[in-house]
Amino acid sequence: MPGEEGAAWRLCAPTALLMLALLVIPTLAVFALSLTDAELGASEVRFLGLDSYRDLLTDRAFLGAFRNTALYVAMVAPASVLLGLLLAMLIEAGAAGRAFFRSVFFLPVVSLIVAMASVWQYLMHPQFGPINLLLRLLGLGAVNWLGSSDNVLAALAVIGVWQALGFNMVLFLAGLAGIDRTLYAAAEMDGVRSAWERFRLVTWPMLGPTTLFVVTISMINAVKVFETVATLTQGGPARASDTLLWMIYQEGFVYLHIGAASAMAVVFIAVLLVLLLVQTRVLDKRVHYT
Amino acid sequence: MSAPARLAVLGLAAALILFPFVFMLSASLKPQAEVFSAGLSLWPAHWAAVENYTKALTRIPMGRILLNGVIVCGSILVFQIVFALPAAYALAKLRFRGREALFALVLLGLLVPIHAISIPLYAAARWAGLLNTLAVLVIPFTLSVFAIFLFRQFIRAIPDDLILAARSDGLSEAAIVWRIVLPNAWPAASAFAIFSVVAHWNDLYWPLIAISRTQLATPPLGLLFFRAAEVGDDYGALMAATVVITAPLILFFLFAQRLFIEGMTMTGLK
Repeated sequence: MPGEEGAAWRLCAPTALLMLALLVIPTLAVFALSLTDAELGASEVRFLGLDSYRDLLTDRAFLGAFRNTALYVAMVAPASVLLGLLLAMLIEAGAAGRAFFRSVFFLPVVSLIVAMASVWQYLMHPQFGPINLLLRLLGLGAVNWLGSSDNVLAALAVIGVWQALGFNMVLFLAGLAGIDRTLYAAAEMDGVRSAWERFRLVTWPMLGPTTLFVVTISMINAVKVFETVATLTQGGPARASDTLLWMIYQEGFVYLHIGAASAMAVVFIAVLLVLLLVQTRVLDKRVHYT
Repeated sequence: MSAPARLAVLGLAAALILFPFVFMLSASLKPQAEVFSAGLSLWPAHWAAVENYTKALTRIPMGRILLNGVIVCGSILVFQIVFALPAAYALAKLRFRGREALFALVLLGLLVPIHAISIPLYAAARWAGLLNTLAVLVIPFTLSVFAIFLFRQFIRAIPDDLILAARSDGLSEAAIVWRIVLPNAWPAASAFAIFSVVAHWNDLYWPLIAISRTQLATPPLGLLFFRAAEVGDDYGALMAATVVITAPLILFFLFAQRLFIEGMTMTGLK
């Protein structure tokens, strides 16, 4: 087509400019700032090179936040994936109540997380929270959910799983719908009788690409945990729920150490990059599968 | 698994998922003392619904905050589609120098979330005097590389003949984008709309950084202000505020369940 080049650039120019202003320059700026001791409001900026990164390696608060984030991901991702898969398979296994249960399990996904975090705070209240009242009723001891440094990450993970499993469920439902029904008939002809064998031999392998994808997206979402921490614990008690984003927020916007916060942001990008590379490889696999 | 067993397990799971919603509603109707003492009974012995909901609506400018949320999410969505669709069409259907570079930037954008670049964005907003405006809540999100990526995938599947026919009818490329591509990419656009609204309605990080005035708060930030203004453990009022602030999106979802679930599935799997 004549003039294709010009037409294409007229269509792309606004977006290209936005990309420059909102993505490319800010990303380069984060890398540049991470090599300095910049502080918001300070007039002098010194070049530090990689010192900020070396400091991070020995900064116990940052290492703690990194560890907490990893632990949180290690709890939320597997639990929300497994429960999402289980619920999807249960819904798929019969006709009654399909739409109803699907909507109920999806409800937390569309509920304002800051608001629902407040509800969980009430549910988990050590004295009059309904969860502890139930535990006492069952003859079990009460748990100090959000107020103890031993439990706080697990308590946040419960909220995270509750919020994420409906999303994982609908992704699995889409995956299950994509499995060729004749495979089950073929398996039956080959003498596969039990539900477990059917799952092991047909469902699980056919669902493989979906599962790997759901795992990586769950991990990426869990790494970004912020809302519940900001609303409920603010990193406490005793920094036990300090996470990467919470720490970047604190360093950058409360203490105004934007050099140090930028170095943390670069580490954060690196973590996401690793997860995204895994995801891309998974996606490649998915293409080969189908 | 037998049908009754399936329903029993699903019913138990549903009860666990709904547990927070039930207690949220129940506590929002009770006076503070009863929330502390009533144990597990759901029905209020003394009603405090009026007091609680009055507090929820008046301690913070609740109507204004919900309106802010609608304005911000609506503006973000319109800008995202206006910018992304033409670019996605060009990337999918036109040949031009720089196409690969542009697409590489789209992929870079998928990697870098707002959280990671919030520091320079904040510095720029401060320099431009945009902090504490509704505009600052919209501007960083006008570019959605995810929208470009999603639309590009979808537009590639539109037959070339359709576009060639439109061209030979004398339509400009811009007219093709809005009159041919948009109607054909409607499922992708509506799926993206759901995804975008859910994401930005929920977002706390950027509003927390850029806004300090209650009048300009979005719903998540507004709730934080409410929590700060409320002294002690007045869970009745807090639950009333959470009901009011969670209701709009939940009602929207209940009226358009298919749209939501299919939209989130489509954007989730791309």
